[in-house]
Amino acid sequence: MNSILDLILRLDCWLLLAPLLPGIINKVKAWVAGRRGPPVLQLYYDLARLWKKGVVMSTLASPAFVVLPAVTWVAVLGAAMLLPLGPLGAGLSFRGDALLLLYLLALGRFCTAWAAMETGSAFEGMGTVREVSYAVLAEAAMIAAVLSLSVQSGSISLAAMLAPAMGASAALLAAGLFIVLLAENCRVPFDDPATHLELTMIHEVMVLDHSGPPLAVILHGAAMKLLLFTVLLVQAVLPMAHLKPLLAAAVLAGGVLAVTVAVGLVESLLARFAFRRVPLLLTTAFLLCLFALLVAWKGGLP
Amino acid sequence: MSASTPFALLANATSMPWAEVPAWPVAGFIDATAAELSRGARLCAMFGVPAGAGVQLVAVLAFDTDSILAVGSSTPCSGTFPSLTARHAQAHLFEREIWEQHGLTPDGHPWLKPVRRTAGNAPANGEFFRVAGGEIHEVAVGPVHAGIIEPGHFRFQCAGEEVLHLEIALGYQHRGIEEALSGGPHRATLIQMETIAGDTTLAHATAHATLMEALAASEAPLRAQWLRAIALELERLANHTGDLGALANDVAFLPTASACGKLRGDFLNLTSLLCGNRFGRGLVQPGGCRHDLEPARAAEMLDRLAPVLADTAQAIGWLWDSASVRARFENVGTVSAAQASEIGLVGPAARACGLVRDVRYDHASGWHRFAQAPVTVWPGGDVFARARVRSLEIQRCGEFLGEQLKAPPAGGLRGELAPAAPTRWPWRSSRAGGAKCATWP
Repeated sequence: MNSILDLILRLDCWLLLAPLLPGIINKVKAWVAGRRGPPVLQLYYDLARLWKKGVVMSTLASPAFVVLPAVTWVAVLGAAMLLPLGPLGAGLSFRGDALLLLYLLALGRFCTAWAAMETGSAFEGMGTVREVSYAVLAEAAMIAAVLSLSVQSGSISLAAMLAPAMGASAALLAAGLFIVLLAENCRVPFDDPATHLELTMIHEVMVLDHSGPPLAVILHGAAMKLLLFTVLLVQAVLPMAHLKPLLAAAVLAGGVLAVTVAVGLVESLLARFAFRRVPLLLTTAFLLCLFALLVAWKGGLP
Repeated sequence: MSASTPFALLANATSMPWAEVPAWPVAGFIDATAAELSRGARLCAMFGVPAGAGVQLVAVLAFDTDSILAVGSSTPCSGTFPSLTARHAQAHLFEREIWEQHGLTPDGHPWLKPVRRTAGNAPANGEFFRVAGGEIHEVAVGPVHAGIIEPGHFRFQCAGEEVLHLEIALGYQHRGIEEALSGGPHRATLIQMETIAGDTTLAHATAHATLMEALAASEAPLRAQWLRAIALELERLANHTGDLGALANDVAFLPTASACGKLRGDFLNLTSLLCGNRFGRGLVQPGGCRHDLEPARAAEMLDRLAPVLADTAQAIGWLWDSASVRARFENVGTVSAAQASEIGLVGPAARACGLVRDVRYDHASGWHRFAQAPVTVWPGGDVFARARVRSLEIQRCGEFLGEQLKAPPAGGLRGELAPAAPTRWPWRSSRAGGAKCATWP
């Protein structure tokens, strides 16, 4: 009974808090630019508005066009359930759940890409190609990061992997994971969530033909993914397993807020990269995670 | 060089009797025009004038180094004429317009299709250019698209991330200004001119006023010309600042994008200080200006201008200081100087290709005959060069305004305008397109 209550509370937390992050990023951007900016709760209003709208379907699209965003959303939510929250542990935990987390994220991306191609638009095909080709590099970095956490802790269970302090490789991992976070969530310098220049969009163009509740699901899923990566980054760097639950929650919240503000600052102060320079940055992220792996592997030896 | 041309010579913002424009049979006219273009002239305008059952083609050429325009025409013709575009690409849009308006077919035009004609609610673009190949994908954007600029349809031919070709079909929205102008000038003409494009209100109004004055063989009083020059430079400042902000926005560089949006408003407010309207509506009229700039307000404008210019310089400086922005601007969208002169580029776009082309200098009219800012040129032809030209022009524009506001000429604001002589060129009562030719803003 207790575990069911725990799961429900956990779900509520993820579902309700996720849309806060894009709001905070936009507020930071507005603050840097000297504007007032949209309210922090703007995404909640948008979701409520989209939920009430109808769905426009292309005559070419199959029902998968509506189903796939839901699959993506469930995959991301499932991945979130696997992620332990400090001393509270994960909603679901078993040996090898780190691999499931990676595969759930990949499944989410696969479904988004498939849904984007449903309408047969060349335009969305372009966005999909970009998303998937970035993902190849971002996933390599992500796997290297998970591997280094696993080598460090000698376990492939997230609960154990995220518990110990990372020591020397923490800084390398933090930098690498931050770049992966920016790439995976389509933030500047990889993608510009604010622009609507058709030919340069990546994530925005993939969801261009979606409307109404499916679009709301996509937007909410994207916010959850951002929260997931932020929580992962904070926990991979800050050891908090042995803190008291309330203190751990405060540290986690503070860490998430700091990362979110950092994303906002990057977005405010950096121009977006040209496509041909993106692989370079993602390779850098991969190398950072790889060196974190090397440090975790050989660092302990005399 | 231009002294030996068979074309009739004419300075900018002046007029000449229609009867004095030389005319040749159409093939000879095209040959003569091509010969002038081959030796360095630039095609300003080419259009048709209905004459009886046929159409007379008219070409206006500019010899920029000699600060002189040249005019020639064909004898009335119908059916087809040999295309000039095949020899000089800069004629392509003019010939398409002639074909559309008068039904004369340019024989040998490589890509003949309408400019403004519509089919239903859409522009009658006809075939889009297609690149063949299995790797090529065609991306169609619009007319409903993600910008708040006017509706337009864009066809991209892409091979992966490389855009090989773009074709644009505009004209989904019509206010019918061109039709409304015909038979004029009437009471609404000036207002219609001002509303052709909101951010170019002063330039279009000044062009119209100068045209009317040239036809009446008169000139606005010096103080009015001075005021127009100040207003035009304020308009330039606002547009360049807005453009640089848009460039920053397109590469997602937030600091300059946000600052320039605000600073553009500051420049518009200075125009408002001048005449009570942020876009300068109602300032210029044929024969002079409607509002004066008293010494007190001129001083206030100077005071307010300095901090805005300093802020603008700082906001633009962020662009050059940011490596991520420079990486996006450099070597992107490069137009070589040779291409620029081949397609007849003008304005900041030409100056960013290293062409020394500035109508304020080459074909000075109005106040610019007495006071000139240096021509701003930057070589390279890429986005970086286009941004640099704008930023340098903002500096020089600011200096120009600083000097001019301190030294106003005395005198009245409005002169008497004699009624236009109907036989004088370039006024054509039937079609307003020719109105562009007398002045070239």
